[in-house]
Amino acid sequence: MESPLVQFHNVTYSLPNTTIISDLNLTVERGETLVLLGESGCGKTTTLKLINRLLTPSSGQVQVERKSTTAWDPIELRRRIGYVIQEGGLFPHFTIARNVGLVPALLGWDTARANERVREMLNLVGLDPDRFAERYPRELSGGQRQRVGVARALAADPPLLLLDEPFGALDPLTRASLQREFAELAVRLGKTAVLVTHDVREAMILGQRIGLMHKGQLLLLESPERFRASDHPQARAYLETLNVNGGAS
Amino acid sequence: MSFWQFLQANWSELLLLVRQHIVLVFVSILIAVIIGVPTGIILTRYRVLRSPVLGVANVMQTIPSLALFGFLIPLPFIGGIGTRTALVALVLYSLLPIIRNTVTGILNVDPNVREAAVAMGMTSGQVLRQVELPLAMGVIVTGIRVATVIAVGVTTIAAAVGAGGLGVYIFRGLRQYDNNLLLAGALSAALLALAADFLLGVVERQFSFETKPKSALVRKLALAVAVVLVIGSVVFWLGRSTPSSKSRIAVGSKDFTESALLAEIVAQMLEERGVSVERRFELGGNLPHEALVAGTLDLYPEYTGTSFTAILQHAPITDPRAVYDQVKQEYADRFKVAVSQPLGFENTFAILVRGEEARRLNLKTISNAATEAPRWRAGFGQDFMSRADGYPGFSKTYGLKFAEVREMDLSLTYIALSSRQVDLIAGNSTEGRIPTLDLFQLADDRRYFPPYEAVYLVRQDSLTRVPALQEVLGKLANAISTDEMRRLNYEIDGQKRDPKEVVKEWLKGKGF
Repeated sequence: MESPLVQFHNVTYSLPNTTIISDLNLTVERGETLVLLGESGCGKTTTLKLINRLLTPSSGQVQVERKSTTAWDPIELRRRIGYVIQEGGLFPHFTIARNVGLVPALLGWDTARANERVREMLNLVGLDPDRFAERYPRELSGGQRQRVGVARALAADPPLLLLDEPFGALDPLTRASLQREFAELAVRLGKTAVLVTHDVREAMILGQRIGLMHKGQLLLLESPERFRASDHPQARAYLETLNVNGGAS
Repeated sequence: MSFWQFLQANWSELLLLVRQHIVLVFVSILIAVIIGVPTGIILTRYRVLRSPVLGVANVMQTIPSLALFGFLIPLPFIGGIGTRTALVALVLYSLLPIIRNTVTGILNVDPNVREAAVAMGMTSGQVLRQVELPLAMGVIVTGIRVATVIAVGVTTIAAAVGAGGLGVYIFRGLRQYDNNLLLAGALSAALLALAADFLLGVVERQFSFETKPKSALVRKLALAVAVVLVIGSVVFWLGRSTPSSKSRIAVGSKDFTESALLAEIVAQMLEERGVSVERRFELGGNLPHEALVAGTLDLYPEYTGTSFTAILQHAPITDPRAVYDQVKQEYADRFKVAVSQPLGFENTFAILVRGEEARRLNLKTISNAATEAPRWRAGFGQDFMSRADGYPGFSKTYGLKFAEVREMDLSLTYIALSSRQVDLIAGNSTEGRIPTLDLFQLADDRRYFPPYEAVYLVRQDSLTRVPALQEVLGKLANAISTDEMRRLNYEIDGQKRDPKEVVKEWLKGKGF
């Protein structure tokens, strides 16, 4: 059996006056999409940043491919991990092609191979390379920018994707279609993904497992079906919003 | 002369000054960018350095430019007079906006974008070069734009340290009350500032990534203009002639017509003898003295009374011989500077009345005039009213009581006298308009005014280095009478003739 891709061992992360994450234990299996669900400030984004070493634990250990993140060369580690943030975090002064081809360029791919990869990735996320490659991010809609963000994260074919509220700033219709497409894509490519959201509906659609976080702690970690059936009070609170929303729409 | 005629007559000189101005601004901004941008980057990385460094740059900008120039003159390497000093001062003034905007620009880069860059696996150098600097560039260019516009203005002051530029016209225009000079200098400087502002504004807009892109044509045009400007400036800069400094003499002068004229006389005589001459004319305040002592000047014309009171700080005395001897002695001891033989005239206060009045009343001396004074109105410049050897002592020495004393601009007193607005004035004894307006100088029979004999001050080591100097200064001893000096001044100030031509003509007439 293959080893887990990411493991948190008793991880605590604290700032001088507050503890953001306390004693977190978590395993991300290869090929799964794990969703971290929780309200703002619960520590879910911090958890994500501990994986690609934007942050390092105050105590405990985060392992990627069985090696502690502090033992990795941070540059090498990050180039093996795709990262998608709200609004895509695209570079406004780069064309779409250059944004998507960023990590291949950093890795020193030759131009022909990188260009080919950029076209492939744009097609993959449903953007016509001939129309979009030479445009700038400001010329695209929010949904298109988000697609570019996903294409950029996938460009160097990393084994792991981290997504921080990737669809949060989109209108509901665009969000729904992007969520659906991403779910298909993740399954098709067999990627391992960790996605952070405060939207329980999104968690139910995308997650193979859902981790519910509250005040720096992981309350439960279940499949969507078992999450729906959980009688944990926090989980129930989320599920009730789902019903209200469901009734309204 | 109309402004248009003036421009036609002085077109080539004006272009030369514009060129000097542009080169000074361009080179100083270039240096300021090379220093300022890396400094700004360092300040974004080391927070503790930020306020001290920005504080120092801030203080730099508050120092008045003339004071800064004065402070720089005695310093080795970066000081002296001429282009280098001007550049140092201009760079110091330009640093603050460039450093500050570099810091602001980088710190204002969207943190999401910076985080994405790090998370993609960029090294910190890659983040800086590929993300932070390009995104901060608009703000940095704004800083450069502000610095450039300020530098175009400050560069006009550079004329005071002999660096040239449009300030030459502005200073000369102020001194000679010549509106054409003033207008040509100020207008050109203003147009330069506007042009620089416009061009850098165009460059700046190329870096605003949040707005819609403009047509590629405009972008290319603006870049072409900017490139032409840059290359042109560099070519001008490289094309400057730089004579070798072997047997070279730097001749300085103060910032008024007579001083520049006396300096030009020595300059032309030296050139006649194969000595190459560097002209550093029209230096303000005490700059010529400081430059002479510091060794950046070899020689400049001075008046014994000025050396005695303003430089050596003695109370004024009236015996010309005693003043000359003491100045000569103290300059040799303190500054290793030699004092030439007097040139033959004095530039002191001249008590003037209308010539026709003097003849009618048979007035020869100031004492003669004392009886007429109660019927007379007097007109005096601000300087004469306030200085130690001015009006209070003067009226007391001669027991003068005027019907009225008017304080007015010195240069206007001559006209006021000849047009009977006033009846007695205190002018300069070598003023060119004294003969042409038929004014008469009353003799200072009680010897109230300290002597202001014209001499050349010259460094002792320059005399040994260039033997021709000795001979030239020997020839000029007692060679210029007060009448001659008045005539020469009039040729330049009154007839608006070129000083070089006037001097050439005079030397020919003298047989030098």
